[in-house]
Parts: sequence; structure tokens; C-alpha cells
Amino acid sequence: MYPTANILDVEHLTVRLDKVEILRDLSFSVPRGSSLAVIGPNGSGKTVLFRALIGALPYSGVVRWAPGTRIGYVPQKLDLERHLPVTGRDLLLARARLARVSPDAIDAAIARVGLTPAMLDTPVGALSGGQFQRLLMAFALLANPTVLLLDEPTAGVDEPGQERLNDTVRRLQADGTTVLMISHDLSVVYRFATNVLCLTHHHTCFGVPRRVLTPDILADVYGEPMGLVVHDEPRE
Amino acid sequence: MTGFEAGIPSFGWVALAASMACAAGFIGAFALMRRMTLAADALSHVAVPGIGVAILLRVNPLVGALVALLVGAALIWSLEQRTRLATETIIGVVFSAALAVGALLTTREELIDALFGAPSTLSVWELGAGLAGASIVIAFILFARDRLIVMFLSSDVARTAGIDVRRLSLAYLLAFALTVALGLRYLGALLMGSLMIIPPATARYLARGLTGMLIISAAMAVFATLAGGWLASVFRQQSGPMIVVVAAGCFLVALAWRRSASIA
Repeated sequence: MYPTANILDVEHLTVRLDKVEILRDLSFSVPRGSSLAVIGPNGSGKTVLFRALIGALPYSGVVRWAPGTRIGYVPQKLDLERHLPVTGRDLLLARARLARVSPDAIDAAIARVGLTPAMLDTPVGALSGGQFQRLLMAFALLANPTVLLLDEPTAGVDEPGQERLNDTVRRLQADGTTVLMISHDLSVVYRFATNVLCLTHHHTCFGVPRRVLTPDILADVYGEPMGLVVHDEPRE
Repeated sequence: MTGFEAGIPSFGWVALAASMACAAGFIGAFALMRRMTLAADALSHVAVPGIGVAILLRVNPLVGALVALLVGAALIWSLEQRTRLATETIIGVVFSAALAVGALLTTREELIDALFGAPSTLSVWELGAGLAGASIVIAFILFARDRLIVMFLSSDVARTAGIDVRRLSLAYLLAFALTVALGLRYLGALLMGSLMIIPPATARYLARGLTGMLIISAAMAVFATLAGGWLASVFRQQSGPMIVVVAAGCFLVALAWRRSASIA
């Protein structure tokens, strides 16, 4: 059972970019310690929603984080030129100093995501896609976030890498971290999400995976018939 | 004094050149991280109309250049906040126009000096202001280093880390503009951008971490400035092109060394 208090309440959220309405009148809540999966076709506003939630985009409506919430954000797209002699340790040390945590916390953070100290001394451009995503997750975890926003963390990562990242997210959930995750992997969403928010170009839906991830709703969300083979029972 | 008189450097010239180059190496390393090296080159051109207006108004050309550069940096920042155009596009539009306006405002001889740098008498006031300006830029980079790394990794991540991205972006651009102004005497508006691009690009091949990259970038910039200035005085050439030739030579050596090391 999760505590009833919500870590996030969103009411009538509308986001316009260059006068184009990307999100319209969106309302949902995220209970503390739960997991919300955001699904939808490309261009439906999933990343825009995350960016509005962290205050990076102007919006109308209400975005209310519970007092004391610490957000860890793992973006899909980075601004940094990756082919530089910048190592994972450089990035994590900078984050640790800003968060005023001991550099020893770096060892704990990389252990949580399954990175080795040797990988930290490798230039970030030489890391694989999966290793780099886990580095970004360790970066987010350094400041002890109470909620983690993951924007397609397994996109472009090979199968074993995806498994490791999903294991990491599962362990964070078990530790009580609230997780908001954008994902196209519906089987992962079905197994690990407490609630699913689906965004489409014309409407939204919200509910537990069993009620939202039905063939009819998925066909409506993605615009074509979708099959979902379920091997495990979803979280409730 | 004119810097390297008869091949012997004056203390003031060396101190100002070295501190300016150190600032350029630091600022340039972060410009490389932000993928704005070409923008860095174009930004330096905005000094030209400032120099032209200053000459018309009979004030120190470097003061005109500094004002124009600071206004230009603020203009880029403002356009970045208001439009979704890439920084490079904004700078390309604004500063190509600035170079054209500057060319119309200055005479041919003044334009050549403004574009390529010209040795001239260094007053005590200029020396003091220059050293103070370089110290401000170096202190800013050392103080804001961690915040800059996180912001250049991802401005969205920086926001969740409590960083005021708008203010830090403006501070970086102003520090960038100040560094360009400091180097105009030595390299001119056309070539100053090179001192902020080539040394960090060289450091990229030699360093194994961020600290190493910052140190090597600054050291390369200082070496190129002092060696280029000395060679210019020996061969009676303009200092700007000679400094860039030395910097480019270091880059080629680093590139060859890296390639031979990777083959071995």
C-alpha cells in the first residue's frame, strides 16, 4: 500500500509552443511512491509534459509538487558535445558538489545503477548507450531525489542494457522513489506502472494498466491495432 | 611601450596577454562543450561597429568595442529566450550584419587594425582594466565551473538542480564578450575567436579529463599568444595572424601525436 498523499497534482495543464497547443486541459495526480508511465505516439507531447512539470516551459494551469520534493530528471536529449575528454567522474563530481553531498556518495550512486568505477574514468563519448543512460541515472540519484523523471531511458539501448536499466528502475521503486517514466515499451509499462497516462493528439486517458492498456484504447492512442502479450500480473 | 620592442617583452604586455589568453582558453573550453565554437568566431565581429562608432565619437576604440560586445551578448541571450532559433543561427544573422555596419563606419586602415589587431601604446589605465577584466573572467569560470558543466550537459537537468539557467547563460555570454574585448588589441575582431576555438580543440586531443582540458586549453592559449607576439615583433608582422598560426601549429602537432599514439 502507498501513502495516500500525492507527490504531484496537475490541474488543467495547457502548454502552447509557438501558438500551437501541445497539451490541453490535462489533469492527473501521482501518489507518493507510485509509478506513472506516460505513453503516446511521437509528437503527442510526452517530453513537453515533463519539461512543463520541471518548469522549463511556460504553461497555464496548476503543477503542484509536494513540499520538499527533490526532482531527479533523466532527459532523452542532451545539449553536451559528447566527444570531449569529459569523464563520468567529472559530471558526477560537479553534481555532488552542487548538491553538497560527499564525493563518497558517487560510489553508492554508481553501485545502484550497476556502473563500475573504471567506467567513470572513461570519456563519456566512449560509453555505450546503456552505460551512458545509467550514468545519467546515477547523476540524477546523487542528490537523493524523491521523484525520478525518466524520458525514454531505454531508447537506443540494446536488450541486455534495457534489462539492466529496468532492474535499476525496479530497485528504485522498491526503495520508495516515485517514478514518472515515458516509455514505448508497453510490456514494461504493464508490469511496472501503478498508473498509465496516455497522450494522443485529440484526447488523454489515465488509469491502472489493466484498464488503459486494452486493445481498443491502444488502437485509439496509436492510430492502429496494437497487440500486447502479458506474462506477469501488473502492479496494483 | 609596444609589447615586444626589439624582441624583448615588456612586463605589462606579457602580463595582460597571458591573463587574456588564460581567460580565452577557459571560456573557449566551455564554448566547445556548448557546441558554439563557430558562434564564438562570429560574436567577435560585433566589436567592429563598436570600434567604428568610438572612432567617430573620439573615444578609446576598445571601450566602443567592449560596449558593442556586451550589448551583442545580451542581444543573443534575449533572442535565445524569445525564439526557438539555434544560437548559431541568431549569431550568424546578427553579427554578419554587425560586421557589415562596422565596415561602413570605419576607414580602410582602421578596419584592417580592428580586424587583425595592431600593437599600440599600452596605458596604465588599459593595463589595469585589462588585468581586472581577465581576473573577472577567470574567477567566474573557476567559481561557476560546476554549474556550467551541468547546464551544458542539459539545461533541463540544470533547472532540476536548482540552477538559474537564464542568469547563468547571460553571465557566460557576458564573460565571453569581455574576453573577446580583452583580446582585440592582440588578435583583432576577425581572429580573436580563433584563440577561443583552437586551444580548446587542441586540448581535446591531449587531455584525459575536464580539469586537464581546462589547464591545457589555457596553457596553449597563453603559449600561442606570447610566442606569436614575440615572432610578430621579430618579423615585423601583425600579431593576430602570427598568434593564430602558432595556435594552429600546436593543434596540428597534437592531432598528429594523437593519431600516432592511437596507431601505436
